[in-house]
Amino acid sequence: MSVGTHAIDIRTSPHIKGRVTTDTIMLNVVYALLPVTAFAVFVFGLSAFLLVIVTTGTCVLTEHVLCKLARKPSTVSDYSAVITGLLLALTLPPGFPLWMAIVGSVISIGLGKALFGGLGMNPFNPALVGRAFLQAAFPVAITTWTPAFWPEMQIWSTERFTSIVLPTVSLPFMRPESVASFINGITIDGFSGATPLSRMKFDHETTSIIDLFVGMTAGSTGETSSALIILGGVYLMARRMMNWRIPVAILGSATVVSGIFYALNSEIYPTPLFVLFSGGLMLGAMFMASDMVGSPTTPLGVWIYGILIGSVTVVIRLKGGLPEGTMYAILLGNACTPLIDNLTQPRIFGARKKGERK
Amino acid sequence: MWLPGLNSRKTFSHGIHPPESKELTQDKAIRRLPFAPHLIIPLSQHTGAPAKPIVREGQEVARGEPIAEPGGFVSVPMHAPVTGRVEKIALARDARGGMSPAIFIEQYPAANQEILYGAETDIDSLTPEELVKAVQATGVVGLGGAAFPTHVKLALPEGKSVDTIIVNGCECEPFLTTDHRVMLEQVDSIFKGIRIVLRALGAKQAIVGIETNKMDAVETMRAGIPKGVPCTIEAIEAKYPQGAEKMLTKALVNREVPSGGLPIDVGVAVFNVATLAQIGELMPVRQGLIERVVTVSGTGVHNPGNFLMAIGTPLRFIMDQVGFKERECQIILGGPMMGTSVGTLDLPVTKGVTGILAIAKDHPLAIRNGKVFPCIKCGSCVEACPMHLNPSELGLLARKQEYETMAERYHLMDCFECGCCSFVCPSNIPLVQYFRVSKAINRERKVPK
Repeated sequence: MSVGTHAIDIRTSPHIKGRVTTDTIMLNVVYALLPVTAFAVFVFGLSAFLLVIVTTGTCVLTEHVLCKLARKPSTVSDYSAVITGLLLALTLPPGFPLWMAIVGSVISIGLGKALFGGLGMNPFNPALVGRAFLQAAFPVAITTWTPAFWPEMQIWSTERFTSIVLPTVSLPFMRPESVASFINGITIDGFSGATPLSRMKFDHETTSIIDLFVGMTAGSTGETSSALIILGGVYLMARRMMNWRIPVAILGSATVVSGIFYALNSEIYPTPLFVLFSGGLMLGAMFMASDMVGSPTTPLGVWIYGILIGSVTVVIRLKGGLPEGTMYAILLGNACTPLIDNLTQPRIFGARKKGERK
Repeated sequence: MWLPGLNSRKTFSHGIHPPESKELTQDKAIRRLPFAPHLIIPLSQHTGAPAKPIVREGQEVARGEPIAEPGGFVSVPMHAPVTGRVEKIALARDARGGMSPAIFIEQYPAANQEILYGAETDIDSLTPEELVKAVQATGVVGLGGAAFPTHVKLALPEGKSVDTIIVNGCECEPFLTTDHRVMLEQVDSIFKGIRIVLRALGAKQAIVGIETNKMDAVETMRAGIPKGVPCTIEAIEAKYPQGAEKMLTKALVNREVPSGGLPIDVGVAVFNVATLAQIGELMPVRQGLIERVVTVSGTGVHNPGNFLMAIGTPLRFIMDQVGFKERECQIILGGPMMGTSVGTLDLPVTKGVTGILAIAKDHPLAIRNGKVFPCIKCGSCVEACPMHLNPSELGLLARKQEYETMAERYHLMDCFECGCCSFVCPSNIPLVQYFRVSKAINRERKVPK
């Protein structure tokens, strides 16, 4: 038998390869985000649905166009732009004007990612860059909240799926209808769209932990249901597609720091449980701080990074002027990542003790 | 498995768990392959100086007869693997893709292939120096793949001592089962070899490390320990690269070989089980290494198995014996993680070849020309690297051609090219391949380590 016609490949070792690839990781992050996105649409109705569609579509389109402008092959198929779009929508209020969301999406991908060279090169989480821009540009729109199950306040009513919150469709550069007055004009007395965090911050009122956990409160589109966020996070950790140390470090340090404040004065400071389950901390810890690109690669560095984010979030919330600090804490963590990585290079196997950097 | 504390089994930190794929051949007893009609014996099958031929073209040689003498201290002799005639001494293809000198032997089909060379020796009457010479005369080199002349490890440098002999029965490369079968079938030879190296080095004890995926070998070896040999058998975690000598030393005696150093710097000498089996079999009768056990496996062959074959048997003859199943496959000498991919079947089996693998292109783990994504800094490589390097950073530096920085700040020269980083990288970045090139460039530029 002759084997002369067999085609033989040559390459250098290793000749086998693990099966997990970058696009499968990204696709799984999308899967992990779907439950919380679906729940947000259920709670906030058509406006939230439009917001998610618009940000995701704009992000993907921006990525494609910018790749073409740079005369590079389109990188849309790695799904990272989809994640950015979803995350941006989940951090915005459900009634957020769509034209502003489009601006935010273009900024996320263009300024947050493409400018630095695309996937893997961005120092900051692109979705948070977009959100930070929107927060600076439209401070009123981004802090006006639609209550959960508006307008009828009934879980099983259907009106929220057929009507939209007016500001959603406001035109560019027109002064948007004030959501608060719009809502207060037609809803039952005494209800405001304030989030649990702002009520805590400015009125020292707490919200039931159960409501926070399940997600029956006002807030950003995807920040409300801690349960579903944890579900998505656990899925990614179980598939080893997320570094479990990051959420653990952030949530752990947030618990400890807020616990200290609570122990000092339990009248003005909230319980650690309230801190964990309110606002964007859970979403940030599970899906944004754990973004592989902006977080350190060394195991020790990851702990430092997580503890930094968790503590800064709590300090901003309890001592700063803003009700929420997750976004700035994560951006600060991203900014520190190169430094942390540099200082925590692993001790190599067999390193000689003298004169060896730790 | 990965939770610390739950599993007290000895191991090293980091590493990977590639699919073992050993079930193809692990239950197949060692079988002798027929002699090929023409054999090619390269003069440089080992690390060190090539051997010098002591036969001329046209000369008849008997099986076991010396045909080349060592070219220096770090070199070994060659012996005729078959009875036959020296066809020519000329350049032959080697596994690296170049040409190197070799002795071509035509086998006499009518010969009975009896080995007439050798003499009984009482090893207890030899001094350590005489033992070193006797081991060199057998032509045995590291049979685990490195092919480093074994007698060199037995000659202690000035001021060094060895208290523990580590016997490597890990065989952590997927597919390979030669050491496994040797431990099941050649127990007595292994312990004879252990006695010889213990005596030559004056060591107090020997520890055999065997991965837990070979518990039958652990039990067979434990039952076979002869009286008076200070030897223990340890079951250690099945993990790649457990068989790398630095990792194995860490796992078994918890000593870290210093960066740039050798196991002897921490009082340890590491030998592969198959190497010791050959020393134990050949040295007491003063014969030479002329054959070895090779795993022929992979999804691309019809009859995988463990074969005892003459050194110098051409791959084409072996593949004809076992039969190709797939038309398109990759041929690898050694294991899939660190072996050499070859582009021709006109190559001989040399002393360092542990396996011949034909991996079909549709194998789930075969490397397709997959898309390379940018590094997303996931840290998988950092958590896989057994040397605790930072392959992610090294890879980015290699792309920027900053080879000096790689060596000076990121310990490039400590990489022993196990390939864990490339295996785990989700972005398909050829990390270890970059490092190989970077090291070569640094060697050329003489960058200090």
